[in-house]
Amino acid sequence: MLSHIRTMWLVFLHLFRKKETIEYPEEKVDLHPRYRGRIVLTKDPDGGERCVGCYLCAVACPVDCIALQATEDEYGRRYPDFFRINFSRCIFCGFCEDACPTYAIQLIPDFEMAEYNRQNLVFEKEDLLIDSQGKYPGYNFYRVAGLEAGVKKKGEGVNEEAPVDVHSLLP
Amino acid sequence: MSTIYIDNKTYEVKQGKNLLEACLGLGIDVPYFCWHPALGSVGACRQCAVKVFKDENDTHGKLMMSCMENIKEGLRVSVADKTAQAFRSQVIEWLMTNHPHDCPVCDEGGSCHLQDMTVMTGHDYRRYHFKKRTYTNQYLGPFIHHEMNRCIQCYRCVRYYHDYAGGKDLNVFAAHNHVYFGREWDGVLQSPFSGNLAEVCPTGVFTDKTLREHYTRKWDLTTAPSVCQHCSVGCNTIAGERYEKVRCITNRFNSQINGYFLCDRGRFGYEFVNSANRITQPLVRHQAVEAVDEATLMGHMRKLLSGQTLIGIGSPRASVESNTALMQLVGRENFYQGISDNVGFIERRIVEVMQTGAVQPASLQDIQQSDAILVLGEDIWNTAPVMALSVRQSVLKTAAHQALEHNEGIPMWHDAAIHELVQHEKGFLANCTISASPLDEISTCVLRHAPDDLARLGFAIAHQLNGWLPRVLVDEDTLAYIIDIAVFLQQAKRPVIISGTSCYNEALIRAAFDIAVACKATGNEVRLAYVMPECNSMGLAMMQAPSFESAVLRTTREKNITAIVLENDLYRNVPALVADLFFNSVEHCIVLDSLNNPTTQQADILIPAATFAEGDGTLVNYEGRAQRFFQVFMPGHTTLRESWKWLLKMKAVRAGDTNNGVYHPEDVLAQAEQLLPQFAGISDSAPHHDFRINGQALPREPHRYSGRTAMLSNLAVSEPKPKQDDDSPFSFTMEGYPGMPPSPLIPFFWSPGWNSIQAVNKYQQEPGGALKNEQAGKLLFAYIPDAKPGYFKDIPEAFVVRNNKWLLFPQYHLFGSEELSAYAEGVRELSPEPYVALSANDAAQLGLGHGQTVTVKVFEQAYDLQVQIDSSLPNGLVLIPAGLQNMPVMNWNGYVSLIKGSGKP
Repeated sequence: MLSHIRTMWLVFLHLFRKKETIEYPEEKVDLHPRYRGRIVLTKDPDGGERCVGCYLCAVACPVDCIALQATEDEYGRRYPDFFRINFSRCIFCGFCEDACPTYAIQLIPDFEMAEYNRQNLVFEKEDLLIDSQGKYPGYNFYRVAGLEAGVKKKGEGVNEEAPVDVHSLLP
Repeated sequence: MSTIYIDNKTYEVKQGKNLLEACLGLGIDVPYFCWHPALGSVGACRQCAVKVFKDENDTHGKLMMSCMENIKEGLRVSVADKTAQAFRSQVIEWLMTNHPHDCPVCDEGGSCHLQDMTVMTGHDYRRYHFKKRTYTNQYLGPFIHHEMNRCIQCYRCVRYYHDYAGGKDLNVFAAHNHVYFGREWDGVLQSPFSGNLAEVCPTGVFTDKTLREHYTRKWDLTTAPSVCQHCSVGCNTIAGERYEKVRCITNRFNSQINGYFLCDRGRFGYEFVNSANRITQPLVRHQAVEAVDEATLMGHMRKLLSGQTLIGIGSPRASVESNTALMQLVGRENFYQGISDNVGFIERRIVEVMQTGAVQPASLQDIQQSDAILVLGEDIWNTAPVMALSVRQSVLKTAAHQALEHNEGIPMWHDAAIHELVQHEKGFLANCTISASPLDEISTCVLRHAPDDLARLGFAIAHQLNGWLPRVLVDEDTLAYIIDIAVFLQQAKRPVIISGTSCYNEALIRAAFDIAVACKATGNEVRLAYVMPECNSMGLAMMQAPSFESAVLRTTREKNITAIVLENDLYRNVPALVADLFFNSVEHCIVLDSLNNPTTQQADILIPAATFAEGDGTLVNYEGRAQRFFQVFMPGHTTLRESWKWLLKMKAVRAGDTNNGVYHPEDVLAQAEQLLPQFAGISDSAPHHDFRINGQALPREPHRYSGRTAMLSNLAVSEPKPKQDDDSPFSFTMEGYPGMPPSPLIPFFWSPGWNSIQAVNKYQQEPGGALKNEQAGKLLFAYIPDAKPGYFKDIPEAFVVRNNKWLLFPQYHLFGSEELSAYAEGVRELSPEPYVALSANDAAQLGLGHGQTVTVKVFEQAYDLQVQIDSSLPNGLVLIPAGLQNMPVMNWNGYVSLIKGSGKP
């Protein structure tokens, strides 16, 4: 009997506590910047696509919901011809972001992705690509990668010497 | 066998090996770069260091490079030793100081030896914070991409390209830490074996440029064991597919045939499968809408197949299954080979002499291990490229063995020492052909004659070997050569005689056989190889059907004939006049093929046939070895299927049989065995479709295949059921038996920690040796050691130069002469323009210079061709490139006339 009264008293006290729930969707939830929500593809500081089509996100994905095809522009820059995420399979584990060597694929604090039709959860590159650098500003893979792909010339990248003169025998 | 101690464990290992090979053979992982089983050791990269101890009391030991350490009885080594481990991880750290940060955009990534070795040694974090060295790249042609920044200076590329394959235009330049591997200037790599650089290079300096066009990582490929379709050698390949496009061909090691290397035609010719010229839908011609579905097609077929006489035209590039199914459909007496009479005659002779069983056929392995080779009238460099590469190895190895006879302390794997020792010595190779070949520079004896004279030369050699055989009158100079060749063949322990069909001369076949039998009589283990024109020429020839001309003759005499042409462009095999006559005189024509060509234009009904990538089949290579190629992927078009399946269906339709039974490739082969006893055993050339290991099928995809739930989700978000393969032990998924499959069923080489093609070590009995439980197809020619075959004694007349008439021969080109590979863009880029080659003397007599135009009259047709002066060509002969696209069939081995000056615009 006593315990019943105690329980009711405790419940009553909760009336005066701060509310944990919010009036969603009128009121938006405040999420941490590292929250693993919607997956986006970002752009580098020069406005180019960051994704180089290396397939590491696809291979890291435990549910295999990422498919892409790499292709190349006339300067030798790799980019995905198509990039598809089947969000109806995605478990938002963030392994793709971990695997991405170019900071292209990022999970952002947005979870409002519900759809009435499951087919609409298949996102193509056009749906994924955002016009922003996301969480990692300032990084451009092709400036540090060594190879020439229309971004910088050989030897002009970060921490690179000028190309070797093959004809020189000087020490 | 010697007993050695590795980390205090006792092992029995073979003598004559180096320590690295021994460790890898025992399953102990030692990292390495510069060593390659086919190239030997040079000790350049310092990566394979181990501790070697003097005796059991030695606790200190010393660091040694295991690839340079001979196996000695009682050798004590430690691989796990702390100092050795630290040394190895430091070496890789040094190698990586300049390696760029570009694995994500490197095509080698995921199948990279450097990645594997870095992980193996435990180097994980970069400590070097200074600037990285960079290089400019070169354009190396349509097949190989160059990214020199990634180089770790292991020298494998130069040792392969220059030393092993004999290429001259790739080398090492500059000095100290600036060494550069490339050409003197930008340009197409000249060696037709350049594609192997992509596999030999442990990093991504040389990568496959055709793969780059549609790049896919190794782990994402659906692969199946395949057999090369571009010549009669039948090299084993692995074909990889994704999104219904063939992405790349890689080498499938096989100790009997291709070993570690492929030619560029085999590696890059695959793109015909993705060609826009593919036939994908059945067509019924002469109606408003030609493309039809299967039910309509079968309705039409029912009309055509009943009440008509059916004749079948077989194909040298269709599988044994397809040719057999056609023979069954039309009846044995109505089956014809789709090749011209003159080729058919030569091939019949080849089958006849091979079936005597008197001489063993020479596999490429036998050629590599032979100590004297006679090439009689075959341009193997262009008609069987990997055979030419094997011939080169024989010449080099024989020289090495001879040099080592006097220098016993040097082991065979010690590549650098052997190079020094051998210098420019060569093993015996006599290259007797019509015109110059890149093999000439390694030949001891080079002879240029007309084919009839080459055959006479062969008979003269046979006479030298066996005095009972008829004497041949030859001039003094040639006689000296003949005696020389005969002496070398007699002294050799394992001589090989190579000839073939490319000279259109049957006497050459007989002459080569006579030499081989004469060699055998002197107690040698002699082997014989006849190069055939196409991938299944031997299989078709073994069916012993009449040639195409007989079919034409019959169609002109009989009425109501429906012809079924199987995967064969007749306009490439017979003159257009003959083919036109055939198509005009048959009532209806049904053509099955994979690519549109002039023959498919003539079809009343055109049926899409699967290529090697979309279907199963068996090919018989030049030595009579039946090998199975497996379906790589199931095409989206359901009407795209193997010809043999279509033909079996047509047979059921014809018989009015509505419940057509299910046939697997081995069932069709079993029927072939029944129909033609010469194919006995062919149905066991590969495990049957119900073969399982622990009840599990074998996966075509690696366990890390990605994108399963997204690849097709743009079409429908619910994943479809995986496709079922009822014809082979493979599944189209990554599920299945995870262990090592039996040797004919290896879809890819992979082992934990070994993602690159170097994982093949794990599949071999010992590094560089045969695969574990290797079954290299099924040899259809039984060797009968005590067979007593008769010699051929009719010797052709000597060739006499005629006035104003030239004997025409085909000049085969590695790129361009083969039908299917010519649809690959890179191959087309490298194929030559039509020309006519003349000897210098003949050109001077006609007053023609290099590059001038001359009119060649063939079959009353005139062709204006550019003159090329070939100083090696005998007088009275002309050569025209064979098999080029849009070049008609010529009057090979027939006389043509040349008219100067006319035909100018």
